[in-house]
Amino acid sequence: MKRRIFITLKTGVLDPQGKAVHHSLEGLGFAGVNDVRIGKLIELDVAEDVSEAQLGEMCEKLLANTVIENYRIEVA
Amino acid sequence: MKSAVIVFPGSNCDRDLAVCLRDVTGTAPQMIWHRETELPHDLDLIGIPGGFSYGDYLRSGACAARSPVMQAVVKAAARGVKVLGICNGFQVLTEAGLLPGALMRNAGINFVCRPVKLRVENNQNAFTARYAAGEEVRISVAHHDGNYSADEATLDRLEGEGRVVFRYAEAVNGSARDIAGIINNAGNVLGLMPHPERAAHLGQGADDGRRVFESLLGA
Repeated sequence: MKRRIFITLKTGVLDPQGKAVHHSLEGLGFAGVNDVRIGKLIELDVAEDVSEAQLGEMCEKLLANTVIENYRIEVA
Repeated sequence: MKSAVIVFPGSNCDRDLAVCLRDVTGTAPQMIWHRETELPHDLDLIGIPGGFSYGDYLRSGACAARSPVMQAVVKAAARGVKVLGICNGFQVLTEAGLLPGALMRNAGINFVCRPVKLRVENNQNAFTARYAAGEEVRISVAHHDGNYSADEATLDRLEGEGRVVFRYAEAVNGSARDIAGIINNAGNVLGLMPHPERAAHLGQGADDGRRVFESLLGA
């Protein structure tokens, strides 16, 4: 089964990459962009018997750094 | 002094650190590959070198922090063995939970590679005893992810407990409170972004970093 894990920076954590991309969008003339935050998408193909709790543990132990990042698990 | 240097795939300052340790302590460190599950029991110091362990994949230091050898490093640190993490080594120590906070992309996006001015904020520990408190030194940095980040409560605690050991004395990477290096509560694990092993001999152009190793030798 497939799961998608979205890793995003916590609110309040500065995102220099997002800021640079925001600046580039403005440079291209796109108006009205209030903010840009960059995250990661990790696609996992896991066995049927892998539980949601185990997926959560994977995120906590490795895939996300919960000091600075949040994660969200979705069925792909 | 018996020391070891951990080598991950992608480490690139392991030799510099080994040469420096041999030069200052008179004994060559053991080089320990990341797949090892045990460390020699009589070590005084474990060095986690700079570089790009595991290609910086996922996050800088993330994969190295979960490698087999790091579990042995965590156990050794709990026994009181001194651990020095430089640059990528600092990132590994935060990812492994041996030091608080995280090292994020530099605020200016650019890779920063130059000598920078630092202030030694605390000399009451095994790593900086040979410096004067408040002394300014010049040591090179070379990193993309050196922007130290932690929540306000953690930053206040680090400051309050005198655990900020090195602070940038000029703008470098956007680090919270200009933090360049911190120590753990027990005082045996230090992580810093600047490279003291690249400033350990006048032949390298500077020797302001040498006293980190001399302090360890005297500790």
